[in-house]
Amino acid sequence: MAAKFKPGDKVQVRVGSPPGHFRTPAYIQGKTGVIEVLHGAFPNPESLAHGGDGLPKQCLYLVRFDQTHLWQQYPTTIKDKLLIDIYEHWLESA
Amino acid sequence: MERRVHDRGGWPEAGPIDQAEHVYTMWERRTDAIRGVLGAKRLIRTDELRRTVESLDLTQYEQLSYYERWIVAIEVLLIEKGLLTREEIDRKMEEWVTCRNS
Repeated sequence: MAAKFKPGDKVQVRVGSPPGHFRTPAYIQGKTGVIEVLHGAFPNPESLAHGGDGLPKQCLYLVRFDQTHLWQQYPTTIKDKLLIDIYEHWLESA
Repeated sequence: MERRVHDRGGWPEAGPIDQAEHVYTMWERRTDAIRGVLGAKRLIRTDELRRTVESLDLTQYEQLSYYERWIVAIEVLLIEKGLLTREEIDRKMEEWVTCRNS
């Protein structure tokens, strides 16, 4: 399947809490980051969690965020990054 | 947004993470092994186990240890999938208790 994003693209994480299992923690939702790597396409865990076949596969990206963007108390002098895997259907262009 | 019970990043007043290691007890090792067998036989998927653990209510989630959550979730899934019934599990438990006490 064609990937919607490529490394370097700016993305915003969707906000939501669908019933069942999903892998997008609350602290990252609504935040803006940059695509680091496209891992490939994988069966959708939200479907697998309920006995589904996981299809269609979803592209999975490694996304980079500034820690200071995520945590209010984070010292602004530190340039730490957070790298986290996020499935494509949780991302939109920013 | 509704915060789920397991979703602990930035949990208010969570405090520091206890990073102390401990030696696994036999029942914890067995729990891990049972999950491994159920996974290898394609009876329970990791995502299903997670979904079930994440569905525990807050009180239960916080009262149970890591592998106790797994045991509860495995039991729920085996019943959900019709592989075992509640009665079969309860009967086996009673047998063990009887054995140990005799």
